[in-house]
Amino acid sequence: MPKINSPAELEELRKGILSNRDPNKPCITLCSGTACHASGSKEVAASIEEEIKKQGLSAKVDFRKTGCHGFCEKGPIIVIHPEGICYLQIEPKDVPEIIFQTIKEKKVVDRLLYTNPSTNEKIIHEFEIPFYKHQERLVFGSNGKIDPKSIDDYLALGGYSALAKVLSQMTPEQVLEEVKKSNLRGRGGGGFPAGRKWGECRNAPGEIRYVIVNADEGDPGAYMDRSLLEGNPHSVLEGLTIGAYAIGSHEGYIYVRQEYPLAVENVGIAIQQAKEHGFLGDNIFGSGFDFTVKVHRGAGAFVSGESSALMTAIEGRVGEPRPKYIHTAVKGVRDRPSCLNNVETWATVPLIINKGADWFAQLGTEGSKGTKIFSLVGKVNNTGLVEVPMGITLRDIIYKLGGGIPGGKKFKAVQTGGPSGGCIPEEQLDMKVDFDELAKAGSMMGSGGMIVMDEDTCMVDLARYFLDFLSDESCGKCVPCREGIRQMLKILTNISKGKGKEGDIELLEELSQVTRDASLCALGRTAANPVLSTIRYFRDEYEAHIKEKRCPAYVCKALISYYIDPEKCQACMICLRQCPAQAIAGGKSQIHVIDQEKCTKCGTCFEACPPRFGAVKKISGEPVPPPIPEEARMIARKSKENE
Amino acid sequence: MSEITLQIDGREVKAEEGMTILEAAQSAGISIPTLCHHEKLEPYGACRICTVEIEARGRTNLVAACLYPVEQNLVVRTRSEKVDKTRKVLLELMLAHAPDAAGLQDLAQEYGADKARFEKESSFCILCGLCVRYCAEVKKKNAIGFVDRGTRREVIFIPEIASKECWDCKECFPLCPTEALQATFLLTKALMSPSPTRAPESEE
Repeated sequence: MPKINSPAELEELRKGILSNRDPNKPCITLCSGTACHASGSKEVAASIEEEIKKQGLSAKVDFRKTGCHGFCEKGPIIVIHPEGICYLQIEPKDVPEIIFQTIKEKKVVDRLLYTNPSTNEKIIHEFEIPFYKHQERLVFGSNGKIDPKSIDDYLALGGYSALAKVLSQMTPEQVLEEVKKSNLRGRGGGGFPAGRKWGECRNAPGEIRYVIVNADEGDPGAYMDRSLLEGNPHSVLEGLTIGAYAIGSHEGYIYVRQEYPLAVENVGIAIQQAKEHGFLGDNIFGSGFDFTVKVHRGAGAFVSGESSALMTAIEGRVGEPRPKYIHTAVKGVRDRPSCLNNVETWATVPLIINKGADWFAQLGTEGSKGTKIFSLVGKVNNTGLVEVPMGITLRDIIYKLGGGIPGGKKFKAVQTGGPSGGCIPEEQLDMKVDFDELAKAGSMMGSGGMIVMDEDTCMVDLARYFLDFLSDESCGKCVPCREGIRQMLKILTNISKGKGKEGDIELLEELSQVTRDASLCALGRTAANPVLSTIRYFRDEYEAHIKEKRCPAYVCKALISYYIDPEKCQACMICLRQCPAQAIAGGKSQIHVIDQEKCTKCGTCFEACPPRFGAVKKISGEPVPPPIPEEARMIARKSKENE
Repeated sequence: MSEITLQIDGREVKAEEGMTILEAAQSAGISIPTLCHHEKLEPYGACRICTVEIEARGRTNLVAACLYPVEQNLVVRTRSEKVDKTRKVLLELMLAHAPDAAGLQDLAQEYGADKARFEKESSFCILCGLCVRYCAEVKKKNAIGFVDRGTRREVIFIPEIASKECWDCKECFPLCPTEALQATFLLTKALMSPSPTRAPESEE
């Protein structure tokens, strides 16, 4: 591959790629992101390849394994272009029919389409499915169109044209101004204005500067950065190189979790391709600007996502945060100015350059511009990745895109911002989502995780879960974080075990305050958010646990009992047979009774009891009624002939 | 080095650029309590006992005095309701590990910290890291280090290094504010001693 030496040569290359591609030729795209991979897309891919050959269509149809499409709930996903016909939850056995019907006969396979659950209507095209319809997929959209291992696919969509524009038409100062004007805020957590950080790094004293991609995403339930790096690695590289030019850096790092094997692989391939094309290396586009990128694989520590800890890890030491009274933009890796942004932030940069800061700044809210990718998970019908403009309401995300709560359950809260974020209750669902509004509600944007919870979630247990996570993931260096989390976790565990005391809530609040005020890094300073936000919105649940020894959501095992209502029990033996602890006494025509001593509260009987009987009940905060006397346990059944 | 003027507890203090609040205060004879700080070692910022309140750019904040660099016109309060309360809780958290540690008693009294507020934890160490850092930075031996992270973090001697280096050194012992270090050393020693009764050839 000869190097591309000018924007004109890039345009020529792009035209060359396009001239070999017929826009009307059918192209099957198959989501091959990690989620779809887990649900079997590799096998589907094999059968597509085989079936295309078998049906003699090799010259008539293209096949592309793309990055994550986002609708992970319904994977593996196939979209057939140019029409955009979308088939969901595909198995290898569906493939021959798809190829024959849709590619050969130009017919739609109805049974594989999306069915709108409220109207039962089948939806043919991807863009009409509500999950996609309400999104604005500016950064994430190309994921479904390109093979991440093919630079040609990225170039065909205009890839590297922003870099070409920057290097041929703009000074570094102009690039910086453009990013400042766009008001782009870092998508990694704190929402620090990217342009300000870049400027600070550019103006910091020193010869050598670094630019860094933070791909150490580690929040439970969040995977947007992973999917972007897996699915469109060149967009991240292009953004990073533009940033490096603006800042005056010639060396970059991509810090990516080793546990993201596909991201590591794809970004490695992308760097190699970019080097071969001359988009990385010396004298990029003949501009005289040099830039190289190294991949640093992280050894899986949540705290290494904190910028100063990440930089310490790049230096080859244990990933522990350092004080940031002097910003890392001034003193970072090896005490040199280092500008770190996360994957999504860098990937947004080419867009701002191509379409302009004014275009970007008209999207979103006053304080938060552009779009944001959220990872919508938990008790919601359509789990997946969604990209929406800032300012959309939580209600729209959860109900319009997410399709509401499954199983007819009631919404309870949504946890945003990962383990350091907070819970937002029903009454705040109409809040417009942006950096500032989430912070006001006691939560945060974080990297964009959104965990939806229904009425079966206990908020004390939830706070306990996140504190347990953080007690493992804190580096353990400073007292307020390590010891504050340890004590808060103890108190929460006690409360959930029915050992809560009067004054525990106040003690939690006091510890939260100290942890927040005195901790060294952002992990500690935000660690109390799950505690404080659940106390703020669900104090009554804490009180029920402490005062009445009752878990209103029937989750905390120590506070609940299972009980079989003798009036409703049909003595069907189902629960009795399934009980793993053999704690249920009874027999045919003999009402079943749970031995509370033996019961391990696993809930098997509750799940097993046929809904039409509904005899097994959860009880909390009140004594279990005494078992009915043995002699009263026989059920007089009508014999079938008499019915 | 340019001179910087800041205000500590209402007093005007002169300091040099690059100094920390702690250094500036010490040079002016104003005391700020410390536990993990040591003149010969790089500032560490783990115990947070040196937390002070600052006013800078119109905002009030709590910062670690041992790390925060002085700025022109910075206003520092080494005692305030918030500072005292924070130090009290921090001490109580550490006392849960080392209720009788000599190094904590005076501070506990001064800030009214209750050593029984939290249940006794199963370790005497407050992880100030003086021993680890002294061995690494001053002695350059790394005979003792941190292992694990979060609430499982602990200090241990590296037996292979300790057995060679520690016999005639032990300079870290007097640095330890609790009884934890010597105990850890004795434990390492006990575990390292080869059993005299069984020679390798008898193990068949």
